[in-house]
Amino acid sequence: MKYDIVIVGGGPAGLAAATSAKENGIDRILILERDHELGGILNQCIHNGFGLHTFKEELTGPEYAERFIEKIKALNIEYKLNTMVLDISKDKKVTALNKEDGLFEIEAGSIILAMGCRERSRGALNIPGYRPAGVYSAGTAQRFVNIEGYMPGKEVVILGSGDIGLIMARRMTLEGAKVKVVAELMPYSGGLKRNIVQCLDDFGIPLKLSHTVTKIHGKERVTGVTLAQVDENRKPIEGTEEYYSCDTLLLSVGLIPENELTNNLDVKMVPVTSGPEVNESLETSMEGVFACGNVLHVHDLVDYVTEEAVAAGKNAAKYIHGEYKKGTYIELVGCDGVRYTVPKYINPDNMEDVVTVRFRVGDVYKDSYVSVSFDEKEVIHRKKRVLAPGEMEDVKLKKEDILAQSDLKKITIRIKED
Amino acid sequence: MEKKDLICIGCPLGCMLSVEMNDGQVVKVEGNTCPKGDQYAKKECTNPTRIVTSSVMVDGGTIAMVSVKTESDIPKEKIAACMKELKGIKVSAPVHIGDVIIKGIADTDVNIIATKEVALK
Amino acid sequence: MYDVMIIGAGVIGSSVARELSRFQLKTCVLEREVDVCEGTSKANSGIVHSGFDAKPNSLKAKLNVKGSKMMEQLSKDLDFPYRKNGSIVLCFHEEDMDKLEALCEQGKKNGVDGIRIVKGEEMKQLEPNISDEVVGLLYAPTGGIVCPFNLTIAMAENANVNGVEFKFDCEVEHIEKIEEGYKLKTSQGDYETKVIVNAAGVYGDVFNNMVSKRKLSITPRKGEYCLLDKKVGTFVNKTVFQLPTKLGKGVLITPTVHGNLLIGPNANDIDDKENVETTSEGITDIIEKAKLSSGKVPANQVITSFAGLRAHEAGDDFVIGEAVDAKGFFNAVGIESPGLSSAPAIGVMMAQLVEEYLLPPKKKHFIATRKGMVDLAHASKEEIAELVKKRPEYGTVVCRCEMVTEGEIIDAIQRPLGAKTMDGVKRRTRAGMGRCQAGFCTPKTMEILARELHLSPFDITKSGKDATLLVGYDKEDL
Repeated sequence: MKYDIVIVGGGPAGLAAATSAKENGIDRILILERDHELGGILNQCIHNGFGLHTFKEELTGPEYAERFIEKIKALNIEYKLNTMVLDISKDKKVTALNKEDGLFEIEAGSIILAMGCRERSRGALNIPGYRPAGVYSAGTAQRFVNIEGYMPGKEVVILGSGDIGLIMARRMTLEGAKVKVVAELMPYSGGLKRNIVQCLDDFGIPLKLSHTVTKIHGKERVTGVTLAQVDENRKPIEGTEEYYSCDTLLLSVGLIPENELTNNLDVKMVPVTSGPEVNESLETSMEGVFACGNVLHVHDLVDYVTEEAVAAGKNAAKYIHGEYKKGTYIELVGCDGVRYTVPKYINPDNMEDVVTVRFRVGDVYKDSYVSVSFDEKEVIHRKKRVLAPGEMEDVKLKKEDILAQSDLKKITIRIKED
Repeated sequence: MEKKDLICIGCPLGCMLSVEMNDGQVVKVEGNTCPKGDQYAKKECTNPTRIVTSSVMVDGGTIAMVSVKTESDIPKEKIAACMKELKGIKVSAPVHIGDVIIKGIADTDVNIIATKEVALK
Repeated sequence: MYDVMIIGAGVIGSSVARELSRFQLKTCVLEREVDVCEGTSKANSGIVHSGFDAKPNSLKAKLNVKGSKMMEQLSKDLDFPYRKNGSIVLCFHEEDMDKLEALCEQGKKNGVDGIRIVKGEEMKQLEPNISDEVVGLLYAPTGGIVCPFNLTIAMAENANVNGVEFKFDCEVEHIEKIEEGYKLKTSQGDYETKVIVNAAGVYGDVFNNMVSKRKLSITPRKGEYCLLDKKVGTFVNKTVFQLPTKLGKGVLITPTVHGNLLIGPNANDIDDKENVETTSEGITDIIEKAKLSSGKVPANQVITSFAGLRAHEAGDDFVIGEAVDAKGFFNAVGIESPGLSSAPAIGVMMAQLVEEYLLPPKKKHFIATRKGMVDLAHASKEEIAELVKKRPEYGTVVCRCEMVTEGEIIDAIQRPLGAKTMDGVKRRTRAGMGRCQAGFCTPKTMEILARELHLSPFDITKSGKDATLLVGYDKEDL
């Protein structure tokens, strides 16, 4: 089998990348999706709040996905469901497995990585105690409640105030469970403010910042958890322990890009994001292999995933059409509060008129400035009322500005107090 | 004059709004970056509403549950009644996005509609 | 009436059951949990010790060396993963070198092949990541690693195929001497048997003390472990021990047969025979100790931590044999480290004792081998293609971290003594054992278990009894 572009993952990133590549003139596109339907995690995100940027209306996850699925079908883009990609080789051969075709190999002209992300597990946190049933990642609980119609528990404590945790606090409450508390290790929430309002405040669910679970009780099924306040080093403070009886502990403690396949490819990775290093075209360090969506870095909003994936699809099409130029790269550096930037490099010859640089900050900043410098010269100085690690930021860089600065080597993005 | 601080839930930006109230009426909204914020603040202080989403059972479909939502926002105090009314609801496949599942939920004129396509098994 | 009832389906009970299944005996294993390998056997280092550690002439020394020598052939016969990766013991101070030499001498006395002291450059050639502080090490090339679940499951399955009955969820409450043997009162009713083999792990003393005046006393000795991501599974190639010092026994760092890295255990004597909770002090402690062996130990790659109990008997050696004042009651008690390594030899020894007592004839058609699980993660592309043709479910990946397919999960359920719980599936197939720790595969595995066992999803448990995963339908309590 031969395809111009093989897209690994049929979630929001994969779908948008596919439609964009098709609209940019590529015919032979194949999406490989491991689940039994397209749409990825959107299928279980049945809450509203998606699509305000992309469609200018507020949709639920399944509705947002359906818009793209319809498009995929209308554009006759091929896809295979229930198909797991096992390996991607350096010469762009994709090995995949499913029930109907067995094990098969595809030669790809270009590959778009769109595998999304997974949740951090209890083990990664080393929460002490027993190992009973009733400890779930928030996403697993979301699947049970929203897709299968089962309640994983009746009395719930949630650790981590990431968006999935907040959303699940509301979903579990609406479906009849008692959510006793949401504990957050950090002194600020990792989720969107509006989710704290409409998922916790609406239902009187307390959010305990700077708190963590120090012990899980119960040998067979969870019977309770101990919560404790943490100090500035995130270590539990003795004497602050509080016991909460519950039958379920949901964990919403972060997402990790799912880069198992990428790792085998030996492309350069960014430790901060756990995603691959990419240039302005969202191309990884391996020529013709692109990445977009949560496999690249974890996004807060699907709309941004879509935007990024559209760019990746377009660039992959350019690559197939041979419109790609080799040139010199300008490095992007995040510092003074900016933890990373996507992309990491810009080749002005390949960039569009405007390139969006996304980044996250490492702390909460109030009334501060996002500053962008071309080498030593500051070119952007933008005031922000609040910057928080839970919310992705971006700056838009214009091609004309970059070209105007001769011999530009480095673009630095930092947070300034004034 | 009464002052209230709110976080707008109109979009993920989460603007911090300061609202001035007089006699139960909103007289001034500040901090919003779009008209939605103004609207939200007025509603939230006088008649707060929310979109409610859930899943209901499907018979004969390729999947067991179909996701649903209130077609528009309903008064906050109706959320519990809305959920209760959804209890035990079962629809038959096929289901299309926008299909009305329940007309006028919880004594409102807002319908519950499907948000997912479910094909016949 | 049974000829033999074995209490406990851990690695010892299963090994004894398999060895006894060579004879024409009516044998039954009683297990209080719903699966084999649920107690001490499930949470240990998975090391096949070469045998230098135990005092010469002790049962521990003899059975360890013998068991270790049996393990390779057994792994071929019963098709479970075993690897002779070699063990090293690190010495950090010149003044302790005499202790290392003594350990080497002890190994030689115990009959450990190829054991020797290594100094200088060769140390880093053997194990590049060890600390610069190491002044000498003991190298035992016959040390190995094994999967404790697979070993136990393999022996139990093979025993079952050869006619040994297993009763699960069956807790022995009382033992009474009767004319021809013993009567066992259990949670599933009363049974009579001529012979009892006591392989009850940390409860070994309790059952012995029901029939014998020669009291035994077992202290549960808790050990905590961290399991690390496969990404760092080759951080060390050999099992790296630390020379015991005044400060304690130290911890080990070892690859596992499945390619993870394991560090631990600490050792804390406790009272509660059910207490397998991990503690933050314990986890911190083992990570700190592991850093002595190698400052670079990748402690940020922990995917799960767990604790197990060793059955430490007051006499500090295995107690194997007939209780002096209770004819036909055979103990395999105090089986702490090197119990896993010794298990094959303990099975043989116990079978001999029972044979001498009951004088049973041998079976004519003992099935000595077993075919293990299909393992797609380690199959070649051609093999995978063949397998999917035979059973399309081998084409549906359920656990992406460990690459486990629906077909393999169905196999695990349908095998002799098949999986009944999520943990049962996990131990047989590794579904859920990877870096996402079952976040992704839980709903699908549950669905397969429910379908294959004709159960409601509400009856599916993590590990049996009250460890249910779901509590009801949406909106049930509204």
